[in-house]
Amino acid sequence: MSAEETHHSADVAARVERRWAAIFVIVIVMMAVLAAFAGIHRATMPQPRVETTDPSRLHLSGEFVESNLGSVLEANGNVTVRAIGQQYSFTPACIVVPADTPITMRATSADVVHGILIQGTNINTMLVPGYVSEQLMRFTKTGDYLMPCQEFCSFGHEGMWGKVKVIDKTDFANRAKAGGRLSCVGE
Amino acid sequence: MLVNRKLILAHFWFAFAVFGVALTLGAWQMFIRSPIGTWLSNPELYYRSLTAHGTVMGYVFPTLVAMGFGYAISESALEQRLVGVRWAWAGFWLIVGGSIMAVIPIALGRASVLYTFYPPLIGNLFYYLGVVLVVVGSWIWVALMSINLRVWRKAHPGAPVPLAMFANVAGSYLWAWTAVGAALELLLQIIPVAAGLKATIDAGLARVFFSWTLHAIVYFWLMPTYIAYYTIVPRAIGGRVYSDNMARIAFILFLVVAMPIGMHHTFADPQVGAGFKFVHSAFTALVTLPTFLTVFTICASVEIAARLRGGRGMFGWIRVLPWDNPMMLALAFSFVMLGFGGAGGLINMSYQLDASIHNTQWITGHFHLIFGGAIVIMYFAIAYDLWPHLTGRELNDLRLIRTQLWLWFIGMIVTTFPWHWVGILGMPRRMAYFDFGDPAIAPQALSVTFSAIGGFILLASGILFLVILARGMRAPQAEAGSYRFAVAVHQSATVPVALNTHALWVALMIALTITNYGYPILTLATTEGTSVPAVYVGAQ
Repeated sequence: MSAEETHHSADVAARVERRWAAIFVIVIVMMAVLAAFAGIHRATMPQPRVETTDPSRLHLSGEFVESNLGSVLEANGNVTVRAIGQQYSFTPACIVVPADTPITMRATSADVVHGILIQGTNINTMLVPGYVSEQLMRFTKTGDYLMPCQEFCSFGHEGMWGKVKVIDKTDFANRAKAGGRLSCVGE
Repeated sequence: MLVNRKLILAHFWFAFAVFGVALTLGAWQMFIRSPIGTWLSNPELYYRSLTAHGTVMGYVFPTLVAMGFGYAISESALEQRLVGVRWAWAGFWLIVGGSIMAVIPIALGRASVLYTFYPPLIGNLFYYLGVVLVVVGSWIWVALMSINLRVWRKAHPGAPVPLAMFANVAGSYLWAWTAVGAALELLLQIIPVAAGLKATIDAGLARVFFSWTLHAIVYFWLMPTYIAYYTIVPRAIGGRVYSDNMARIAFILFLVVAMPIGMHHTFADPQVGAGFKFVHSAFTALVTLPTFLTVFTICASVEIAARLRGGRGMFGWIRVLPWDNPMMLALAFSFVMLGFGGAGGLINMSYQLDASIHNTQWITGHFHLIFGGAIVIMYFAIAYDLWPHLTGRELNDLRLIRTQLWLWFIGMIVTTFPWHWVGILGMPRRMAYFDFGDPAIAPQALSVTFSAIGGFILLASGILFLVILARGMRAPQAEAGSYRFAVAVHQSATVPVALNTHALWVALMIALTITNYGYPILTLATTEGTSVPAVYVGAQ
């Protein structure tokens, strides 16, 4: 190979390489733009705000006292669910919610790090002691969903499974008439 | 020229020995939580095993491989005796001592906190101190790599640093800096509590510190594999490196952008706001670039080897590749696993898609496929390639080596593909058993069984690997010649200063880490009332 040919093939190599790099820079920029777009439209987005709470006083006062845990129908027709995770169960262990309703779940941990995952959905969040986790959700199908703790929380982790029961909207409204906080524990 | 062979062999042997133990534990875990095992009467045993498996595979095994390989690169690529051999041995013994110190409390059930620590869970003090010793030992290696390169530069002013050493030093800097996150978590937060000086800990802040380490550590594990892709594979299969400069750019990109992206591990966390989650997600997208560049350059380098062997046509050249060469086989397997694992990784790092698989078995499948698969199979290849040079004996049983690589590849696919699947179904991680009698969980039983079988295939492959290396210690003596690295097609006599030095890139790495981590860490550290009571493990 002459020196000129070597020079030529080196140029070709560099050009091909640059083209490949340019294509992938464009791909990467596209991915970031898509993620930003979907996030801004609030189609899907991780929890945006940081809220704190004192895990050693959860049972004494504030929104996570025992009598306030469970599901409540708000005046605007939405539902708010409040729950806590502790070694090794969720309270309430069975969460009841209506179908086709915007639901806000607010949850925290009373001791170590836990996680909430509702199988068959995209509901998936960490419970970190000291902080409040908030998830917006909406179920389209009635039925029972398993809700395991998805983060190692010490020796009993494998036994920490909760349940979500999605019921008909009118059934839920009827149950809510009596007031108080709803759950399906013991059903 | 490999002078300090004993030093390198000691690193490799200790690495592979603990790898064998951790692999056995892993296979047992797969079995005991599958429908073919019987339920453990004491689930705590599972978490002891899991903590040992993670600690060894995450901190001890890859670190020792990177160190041993690093010393080999330093001596053979620079053609210079290792400077600071005593320090190197001190680093090695620190790691041995640290490993033993960490494993004892794990075995006693006093530190079942998993290798990710998870405060406010707090285990025995000596577990954490052991991990610290391992890291300190590896930092000696970082310093030695830097010093050896400096000595060489003085003797060769202005000369291009050999690619293998350039990448090796980049990897060592990456490790030094990424380990700082976990070090801060251990020294400022966990160890004071484990030592009884404090009783509360900020769990949210600890998770952010750990994310600093948790992602870039993967790129530290990856470095020896990428160095092998660029500087060993082309030589071993009779080709050339397509582009030396592009290789340097890839390693520099890893150094700069592998760091400030770790918060994609905290997308589902309540203690980090949406803004920084998005920034880290975007930076994670960026870190795919060096891998895409690598895939291109290595495929092109392999094609050069094929064309030199007379390969023709658009794809016809693939057939003439030396498929009976273990290095070729390992590379092909590694790339297949990197492809699937990388595609899964793009889903994990996505700001939105993460929620559907976060903390499920999908994640376990993902990092076993990337680390255990794409990365570790190249560790095997590195060991096979270096062994005759380290032992002065032949390593001739290519058929056995190929069998080992095939088994590892098949085992990894059989293990991780069903894992990904049950992850999509929502099966959580790190559980000592599952109630397969529950109709909602029963459909996952078959997949979990397959994974367990895959685990045993991997165990068989791992044992075979150790047998091959042990037999290599007793084979007939043979002079392997000097250890060489691949050369580029167009090896230029000079390299731009920016591609021949690390200072600028290290500065950029630190600056980006501070921009991406500084504010979240500062805010969390100054927020009042977020310290929570520690929960001691094994205290009853």
